[in-house]
Amino acid sequence: MKLQQATRYSILAVLHMASRPNEQIPASELADIYGVSQHHLAKVLRTLSRARIVESMRGAGGGCSFIGDARKITLYDIIRLFEDDWLTPRTTEAEAPTDVSAELFRVLGEVDRITAATLQSVTLQTIINNAERVARRRDQNQGNSHKA
Amino acid sequence: MPMQEHDATGIVIDAASYEDLQTIIQIDSNASGEAKPEFWLECYKRQGTELNSTFLVAKSDGEIAGFTIGTIKTWEFGSPACGWVETIIVAPEFRGQSIGTQLFDAVVSHFRSNGITTVRTMLDISDHALMSFFRFQGMSAGPFIELEMQSE
Repeated sequence: MKLQQATRYSILAVLHMASRPNEQIPASELADIYGVSQHHLAKVLRTLSRARIVESMRGAGGGCSFIGDARKITLYDIIRLFEDDWLTPRTTEAEAPTDVSAELFRVLGEVDRITAATLQSVTLQTIINNAERVARRRDQNQGNSHKA
Repeated sequence: MPMQEHDATGIVIDAASYEDLQTIIQIDSNASGEAKPEFWLECYKRQGTELNSTFLVAKSDGEIAGFTIGTIKTWEFGSPACGWVETIIVAPEFRGQSIGTQLFDAVVSHFRSNGITTVRTMLDISDHALMSFFRFQGMSAGPFIELEMQSE
């Protein structure tokens, strides 16, 4: 699936902040890491702020922080803030006038069902935990190869 | 026989006993809307006859809070040996205490003690909460996909 740029940046920004809870993260840091303009990022953060997922603080020491529940917010929750046409729309009889076309839309719906179920079951905390597992394994493997 | 596993919260993980079955049937019935006494009795019996199968309960102050069944299967669907988490249920009043995670860890530990590191499960695609639970434990889509049809 191909997500819009704003959606990808929003997921990356939220994950970055959620992996460092209780920290104010400067927008410039997010912009630098993910190679996005501060203007573009500001728009993304405004949407996330309206959804009560992040909070922005102005002034010295200001920045953005994650205020949601990382164990409850899923990828689906973030994506639907930015995209509303990424699943195949429900087809009408006029759009699927033949049995063959109806079967084609059923197959496309099957793909969407799996996609939606996956995104609805992956929380931010799951992504963060899995990334930590991968890092731990990598460190263990590097440690073992140094010992060998 | 499986060990008793205690933790700081007072949860005890132990092998299911015949006396536990009535509560297990009730918890499942409340969750699924259908009582299946014969099914759970067969699961219980299988534990005694198949060394690859384990049926564990989690108890809090002696009360059954949840249960799980794990079975090691070899060459099923052409797959080398792997451990299937066939069921895992925590009663609603005990949720939010990581009892599901403790049951999951216990069944994975059973697999590992039998030399099995690949763990699989299957669930209803619309059960996002359960899928979320398994993903939180580190599971993700594997190399198999389930297909089905209604025969004519």
